[in-house]
Amino acid sequence: MKPVNSLLKVCGVSFSRDGKFIFKNISFELFAGEILILLGPSGCGKTSLLRCLNRLESVAEGEIFLQGVPISRITSPDLRRRVGMVFQTSADLLGTVEESISVGPSLNQQKISAHAVTSLMEKVGLDTSLRNRKVSGLSTGEHQRLSLAQVLANEPQVLMLDEPTSGLDPTAVLTVENLVQKLNASLKTGILLVTHDINQAVRFNSRTLVLANGEILADGNIQELINSSQNLQLQKFFQGQF
Amino acid sequence: MENQALVFSYILVMGTIGLSWLNQMHLEKEIILSSLRATGQLIVAGFLLTVIFEIEQIEIFSFILLFMCLVAARISGGRGKEIPSSYSIAFVGILIGSLLPFTLLCIVGVIQMGARFMIPLGGMVIGNSMKASSVALNRLVAEVGHQRSQIETLLSLGASVRQAARTVITPAIKAGLIPTLDTMKSVGLVHLPGIMTGYIIAGGDPMTAVKFQLAIIYMLAGTSGLTCLVVTLMAYKKCFNKQLQLRLLES
Repeated sequence: MKPVNSLLKVCGVSFSRDGKFIFKNISFELFAGEILILLGPSGCGKTSLLRCLNRLESVAEGEIFLQGVPISRITSPDLRRRVGMVFQTSADLLGTVEESISVGPSLNQQKISAHAVTSLMEKVGLDTSLRNRKVSGLSTGEHQRLSLAQVLANEPQVLMLDEPTSGLDPTAVLTVENLVQKLNASLKTGILLVTHDINQAVRFNSRTLVLANGEILADGNIQELINSSQNLQLQKFFQGQF
Repeated sequence: MENQALVFSYILVMGTIGLSWLNQMHLEKEIILSSLRATGQLIVAGFLLTVIFEIEQIEIFSFILLFMCLVAARISGGRGKEIPSSYSIAFVGILIGSLLPFTLLCIVGVIQMGARFMIPLGGMVIGNSMKASSVALNRLVAEVGHQRSQIETLLSLGASVRQAARTVITPAIKAGLIPTLDTMKSVGLVHLPGIMTGYIIAGGDPMTAVKFQLAIIYMLAGTSGLTCLVVTLMAYKKCFNKQLQLRLLES
């Protein structure tokens, strides 16, 4: 029997590119209100996995369920609105901050009120005085928050963040981590956060999937995994040997 | 023109080859092959036209024009070979883009029926259409590559293919129209077009030559616009699959 609050269920999913497996037989479940950390070294397939969940790529094997429904039965635009993805390097969409935040709903012929834009900007910690500023004039940190607001405007059930703190200074990293914690407390979404930084995973102190060489090495609380690591591969990973 | 003079004019091509070699552009082979191909094709065309001009059957003109479209599509499709079915797309674009304006001018009597008019003017229209198609396809591939992350961001926010590709469609159509628009802007100021020049040299009335040339320019503008539109609107969809994923590989 499926847990009632299971948002996303990934069953035996594999993905290959140019005939080479990027990851193989990945299975996990994401629950509502949870922050699930996907931890792994660069190039281990973390981003590819998020792209598959957002259907920017197709899986070679396995099945993914969103609230118990196979995603193969959900249209791509609908799935992408419900499983929102914030890219590591987001593209500059044209126009102002307000226009950029409104993109998602407007693609679906929906209007977002000025009040809702303000609320989203506040939620992601973006100064509301920036609403008429051109997107191209934003700093990296502001840009990252804008991308988050853009995805949140679609009211996703699952929020995927791909290395959301890459390129930010240490203070900004902590601010974004706090923001993710706050969002988790205020939203009913499940958050899947990708990082290569073990320290960041420790700071979140949340359930963590360790992905290396295209396989899941462990699934559990990060502190417990570090303390009780019996698995040789996992030990190697925590010792930075991947 | 003396054959000797023609051979000397090839020095200009050799100069281009030299420039390519000096700047390590690696275009020498393509320039040599293209120039030899042009020479061979024009000599054969000269002989064929002599025979064709004696024929007055519409079926044969149509077959020749269709053959020209196929060759043009083969060349133009190669400019966007990263796009699936680019050759078929180029063929449909060139066929529609050249056929409609050409037929219109035949109906209103600007182009007279007969091989002497239809084959050279048909070739001119198809050639123009081919250039527009090549530029549009080439630009589309470049824009999709350049705007890949923007397209994927829009897709990830729930965009349809049309919505995600909006910013690459317009530049591709515009780029395909540039040669024709520049020709229209500069005609009479920078260059006198071939048909008009030939008509005047042959002793024709300059104003009649101008009117005829204007009709041809308008036809070419229509051809470019229509070709770019058909080619781009068909091609952008092929950049995505049924799952609304970008199919073009990262360059």
